[in-house]
Amino acid sequence: MLSSDQVLHVARLARLELTPEEVERFGGELSKVLDHIELIGQLDLEDVQPTSHVIDVENALRADVPRPSLPVEKALASAPDAADGGFRVPSPGAS
Amino acid sequence: MSTEYEPVIGLEIHVQLKTRTKMFCGCELSFGEEPNTRTCPVCLGLPGTLPVTNAQAVQYGIMMGLALGCEIAPRSIFHRKNYFYPDLSKGYQISQYDIPLCLGGQLGDVKIHRIHLEEDAAKLVHVGSSGRIHGSEASVVDYNRGGTPLAEIVTEPDIYSADQARDWLTLLRETLRQLGVSDVNMEEGSLRCDANVSIRPKGSKALGTKTELKNMNSFRFVAQGINAEIARQTALLESGEPVTQETLHFDPVSGRISSLRSKEEAHDYRYFPEPDLVPIVPTPEMMAAAEAAIPELPAEREARYESDFGLPKDTAHLFAYEPTWGTYFERVAVEGDRDAKAAGIWVTELRTRLGADADPHKSAVVPAQLAALAALAAAKKVTAAAARTVLDKMVETGDHPAEIAEAEGLTAMEDSGELSQIVAKVISENQDVVERIRGGNAKAMGALVGPIMRETKGRADGGEVNRLLREQLGV
Amino acid sequence: MIELTAKQAADAIRSGELDAAEYFEFYRQRAAKDPYNSYVWVADETPAEIDTSKPFAGVPIAIKDLFCTEGIPSQAGSKILEDYRPPYSATSVKKLTTEAGSTLLGKTNQDEFAMGSSTENSAYGPTLNPWDTTRVPGGSSGGSAAVVAGATAPWSIGTDTGGSIRQPAALTGIVGLKPTYGAISRYGMIAFASSLDQAGTFTRDVTDTAMLLSAMVGADPCDQTSLGLPEPVRLPTADSLKGIRLGVPEELSGEGIEEGVLKAFNETLELAKQLGATVETTHLPHAPHGLAAYYLIAPAECSSNLARYDGVRFGFRKQADTLLDMYNQTREAGFGAEVKRRIMLGTYALSSGYYDAYYGRAQKVRTLIAQDFKNAFGDFDFIVTPTAPGVAFELNSKTSDPLAMYLNDFCTVPMSLAGIPAISIPNGLSEGLPVGFQIAGPAFSENRILDAALALEKAIGFDGSKAYA
Ligand SMILES: [Zn+2]
Repeated sequence: MLSSDQVLHVARLARLELTPEEVERFGGELSKVLDHIELIGQLDLEDVQPTSHVIDVENALRADVPRPSLPVEKALASAPDAADGGFRVPSPGAS
Repeated sequence: MSTEYEPVIGLEIHVQLKTRTKMFCGCELSFGEEPNTRTCPVCLGLPGTLPVTNAQAVQYGIMMGLALGCEIAPRSIFHRKNYFYPDLSKGYQISQYDIPLCLGGQLGDVKIHRIHLEEDAAKLVHVGSSGRIHGSEASVVDYNRGGTPLAEIVTEPDIYSADQARDWLTLLRETLRQLGVSDVNMEEGSLRCDANVSIRPKGSKALGTKTELKNMNSFRFVAQGINAEIARQTALLESGEPVTQETLHFDPVSGRISSLRSKEEAHDYRYFPEPDLVPIVPTPEMMAAAEAAIPELPAEREARYESDFGLPKDTAHLFAYEPTWGTYFERVAVEGDRDAKAAGIWVTELRTRLGADADPHKSAVVPAQLAALAALAAAKKVTAAAARTVLDKMVETGDHPAEIAEAEGLTAMEDSGELSQIVAKVISENQDVVERIRGGNAKAMGALVGPIMRETKGRADGGEVNRLLREQLGV
Repeated sequence: MIELTAKQAADAIRSGELDAAEYFEFYRQRAAKDPYNSYVWVADETPAEIDTSKPFAGVPIAIKDLFCTEGIPSQAGSKILEDYRPPYSATSVKKLTTEAGSTLLGKTNQDEFAMGSSTENSAYGPTLNPWDTTRVPGGSSGGSAAVVAGATAPWSIGTDTGGSIRQPAALTGIVGLKPTYGAISRYGMIAFASSLDQAGTFTRDVTDTAMLLSAMVGADPCDQTSLGLPEPVRLPTADSLKGIRLGVPEELSGEGIEEGVLKAFNETLELAKQLGATVETTHLPHAPHGLAAYYLIAPAECSSNLARYDGVRFGFRKQADTLLDMYNQTREAGFGAEVKRRIMLGTYALSSGYYDAYYGRAQKVRTLIAQDFKNAFGDFDFIVTPTAPGVAFELNSKTSDPLAMYLNDFCTVPMSLAGIPAISIPNGLSEGLPVGFQIAGPAFSENRILDAALALEKAIGFDGSKAYA
């Protein structure tokens, strides 16, 4: 069972401000899912290589040739708070 | 009795690569353009976009690895380093983690741990109060720099003084510049340096607790910062307090070191292999292309100038760090029948006249003629002083040195009768000096040499002048 | 017009028997009046001119909202992307429209960021199953399935990460194909789990599947993991299964499968034998662990893929005084419960101290599952299973039990982990609701799968028109 401290720690890493109800609910639900998932803990995986790609491709590099960038208006078109030609955010240092 | 401490230093250097486009998208690199004019869906991290690795960045990485004697990984991969910050458009940085492109290696007297490829972060500009939320502070993000290709060079803890660190960084910078992989400009941020510093009792093999000095923007500050940190750690240990592992900032103005520890919980980057990118497996063709693109580098060049040309260390060093001058020197040396030392002297003279940044190949002085000048001086056809005057003219006109010497009457005096008369004349005009010489002050003879040289317009041989003076004064 | 398959319509348009604009407008009107909430956006006009020289000219295409469409809302079923209009279109969308000549009819509803098996996790309301509007159409591509089943589009595209095409196709009585990983570019497909996501097709029949697939495949310089297919997609022609060896994995065809589904499955196996196939029981010993591996890998990748929804460059933002509050509140308010659940799970699985136990182990299980399939394909041409363990379930019946919901993917997840192609074709009814038959083959065996599927389709003779007639 995940403790509420563990749930809150993960939520902080994931930048989710969970409500107290969510903390409790997710704690229970995630524990249940993790219990099921832990079945793979029984497998002997000592000599097994992990798979991160199912396809066998290498390099697939891109030539260093410029492609047009977006016009700045288009880059900023969907910004929730565009200002001074950029994306405005609360200062990271501000508290 | 107090313990003597020895510092152990490792460096981490971020090098912006001089590609045309970013690491994972086709946007051109930015050099002070208006904010957010060098962005596209990929480097803005828009939903659905995917990175595609820049082949040139990989080649530059391999070139750096080869130049620094690293082993190029037969297969390296990218990871995602996950953390939230507005300068990171995707919420993760794509970086090589446990399997970097280059491993091991050595440059000069310092061992290299690894070199890996990654992408640079964007720039955050503080703009003061935001209009929307009363009284709160705001920043504006400019993604132009976001995604610029970076190579991170990590040394082993193999540096034992601030001076060694500075000298080595100078060698590294010159090596990278000559490789052509980066602009290596610290002020513009294309070269950034962090230092890991620890101290240990002299003679001890174990490493002490290290601290990380972040982002010092000149080699001088790197050296100052390291020294300040060594002093701080020494004071701590001497007063019986432990050094704590932390990230520090060095302020070159105050000379003070402060902690950069954030209020947030310790970072947990949740690295995992980047599923959008496939492994880099350098092919023989990629390796050959990288190898072919590597010019001779400063350390090799310096050694060759010393061993093959017999140049003194400082001249060899100079031409190794200014390879345009080095190349020019080699041409003069070859023209000059391999009197390389003389060639070195006269190329240095030319460099003083043209300036270190000038390209001598584009000047009026062709290597064959500079070699001819060196030969005239060596054969004492012109004196050293006259030869310098001839060189001044050569720079202006591009004429052959022999012609200039002839036309300007600068050929060395072969007729000692003429010189002997001038010596006599100067002696008669400077009786006060003669008194002093005869009174036992042999050094005063120098006061006669100047006027004689002036009279002869520098055509006289110094040794001959001295001989005649002694003879006529009877000393 | 409604009876025409997409291929029949395309042929008729090119031969001049059918007016392209008229055909498009017919579907546009149906889509605009769609009763199943399967669309989140429908084209508001029929193009004035349609270039009939292109193969799909005049044939409307419905596209899952997960695909980016330039200037047109692409919301991935999420509030965090409400009214987000991307400045570019996905490669697969461009191939279908610009290159093949189809016109975009609408964007279809889905589970938020493709996380779900019922299309109930959409910020824009659930999609209903055209066979029974009290039931779900499956998911996550439920909208794309419902538009084909309900004939508000002749065909559509979706994405499949662990079954998100095959399961809704099964639950709505249509054909759904998840191609080999890498066959179709992922560029412009909003990422859920990058190493598993693959675009695919929803059609009324197998021939349309082949035709739609043929226009989508290809290596894309914008996607390093795209390969295309080694040979062009052919229109299938087979009407027998002579010499074909079908393997039935015991692990995916017994326990946990509803009786009616099993009955239909066994009937189809009988038909396959009559068509000349041999049918044998086989084993995929690690397949039962597929779900556990999948529910580590997919959430881990999603937790990272969804980090870009931070309220800075696009999408929803909750204003706050501090950066941390802005992030936390934007993501808390912008994401739905299932997405948050998976982000939490994935963040946990990748966090310091747990990587080896969770993500690392899951990647190894993935290796074993891929190996199981490789072994099986040494003995069999195809592995066949029921597509989903049950028929379409009632709305809200599983939303409160994530694990029960995840079990829907039991039969489809192993193929996703192995990156191999699999198709679901309708093979009958159970309790009056459609059931799907899954055929999986080795990587790049799409042409052979399509042939086998066509032969079975003819023999089964499933009538999907009940859903829209
Ligand atoms: Zn870009």
